[in-house]
Amino acid sequence: MNQPSALADEPLLSVSGVTLQYKTKKHLVTATYRVSFDVMPSERYVLLGPSGCGKSTLLKAICGFMQPTEGTIKLRGQPIQKPGSDRVMVFQEFDQLLPWKTVKKNVIFALESSGRLRGQAAEEKAMEVITKVNLAKFADSYPHTLSGGMKQRVAIARALAMEPDILLMDEPFAALDALTRRHMQDELLRLWEETRFTVLFVTHSIPEAVRIGSRILLLSPHPGQVKAELNSDGSDAVDPATGLKLSERIHRMLFADHFAAGGSDHG
Amino acid sequence: MAEATTRPVAPPAPRPEYVRQEPLNQDFGVVEKPLSLWERLYDNGAFRKTFLLIAIAAIWEIYARHLNNPLLIPTFFETVGAFVAAIESGELPEKAANSIRLLLQGYALGLALALAFTMLAMLTRIGNDLLETLTSMFNPLPSIALLPLALIWFGLGDSSIIFVLVHAVLWAVALNAHSGFRSVSNTLRMVGRNYGLTGARFVLKILIPAAFPSILTGLKIGWAFAWRTLIAAELVFGASSGRGGLGWFIYESKNMLDVPSVFAGLFSVILIGLVVENLIFRNLEIATVRKWGMQS
Repeated sequence: MNQPSALADEPLLSVSGVTLQYKTKKHLVTATYRVSFDVMPSERYVLLGPSGCGKSTLLKAICGFMQPTEGTIKLRGQPIQKPGSDRVMVFQEFDQLLPWKTVKKNVIFALESSGRLRGQAAEEKAMEVITKVNLAKFADSYPHTLSGGMKQRVAIARALAMEPDILLMDEPFAALDALTRRHMQDELLRLWEETRFTVLFVTHSIPEAVRIGSRILLLSPHPGQVKAELNSDGSDAVDPATGLKLSERIHRMLFADHFAAGGSDHG
Repeated sequence: MAEATTRPVAPPAPRPEYVRQEPLNQDFGVVEKPLSLWERLYDNGAFRKTFLLIAIAAIWEIYARHLNNPLLIPTFFETVGAFVAAIESGELPEKAANSIRLLLQGYALGLALALAFTMLAMLTRIGNDLLETLTSMFNPLPSIALLPLALIWFGLGDSSIIFVLVHAVLWAVALNAHSGFRSVSNTLRMVGRNYGLTGARFVLKILIPAAFPSILTGLKIGWAFAWRTLIAAELVFGASSGRGGLGWFIYESKNMLDVPSVFAGLFSVILIGLVVENLIFRNLEIATVRKWGMQS
């Protein structure tokens, strides 16, 4: 469906024709149907859609927690078989930090468990990333003493310390209050400016997608299918062809879908 | 009510705004004043409980003196005297050490078996069913009820007591550890696997610490069951290999109509129980689940 443009180099992550299904107690649910997209190195790729569009399931499959029933997911040309530390996930839930370890130990845990770094080197790397997210003062605090935003910053620091090929973020700011959320988005962009890592970001917030993303994939719900793939420069620019702001275009596309589906589901 | 819903409500009349012009009051009666000594003492839980204990001891002493029958109830001071004497003679510490040694053996063996059972239950579905069936069967069975059978199987000796102790510890710990493992959040599991943990490392580094609040509860319940079972078992027989425990001390003293020593023995059982529960487990709890903010 979405062929990579000829001028770009090899895609870092290539999702082609992926159908994902999972079983609940009573049903076999199709989460996505033949979704294809490519993520280029250093791209901030956003998956945007209402709930039920399979964006989180897609992220889980990319992380290696489930296998597609159809299609392939390739990282640097290699099909993804199982979870691995070349793709690190940042979750929405605050309990992704190990509560029995301090902030610093949480980062060291990631580095040592994956066999990336040990001992002194791991400790130095941990302090480096913790300082980057402005939490040096809290390096020896336990997670339950931190605020929600700080916990997410630790989770991001832990993921960045791993220097993964691609950073996967599953609605990481959705559980934060509006002010903190805004602040975290700025911080993520600042961190990206420093190292230009590749990030795949899932959200259901249009303003967040427009701010964070350099490229936005719009998914329709039940099951998730690609609706559009748009570019964003972060400024919510007006599209010369339609005279609409990017967020308005996205809004219309999502709403059109809503009416088509009978408007029964709220994203 | 019905009237209020039918009749349209008029909008409230506009009211004047108020912004304070004059400075805030400065002189209050009391801003901060230290509480009286009595108020502070009464606020202290340890003080209130000490006071209660002294009151109970006083009532005991008065009643026992009034009854004047040391065979039924010795006075408080007689009991304390017997307790001190038994400690000085080395009899009570020795008996207590025997009891604790047996208890630790049974407890350790019970924990090892519980770990094995829980691992099996985590790894296979049939192991899970086995654990669930066995725990629901044996958990309601007081372990002391197995003592007669144990006596037939293992004879009159430490092994019989250890057998009932294992039974007391095993199911409580296995049940709690298993439910703890199962309630570890999916996010935490995915985090562990994302950073490349599998098999035993996954259990050791993610599941056990994450389930630690439940495991600790299991350890506490297991300890309480084991301690009660041990004393009860020792009452039935304790002269195994010539060394009795605390239960046997109580039974022996009763046979010799040395009632103050019976009270002293009971007092030791209570004391050891309190020390383990309030000192050892409490501190373990403070050093782990409280510090981690995982207290459920």
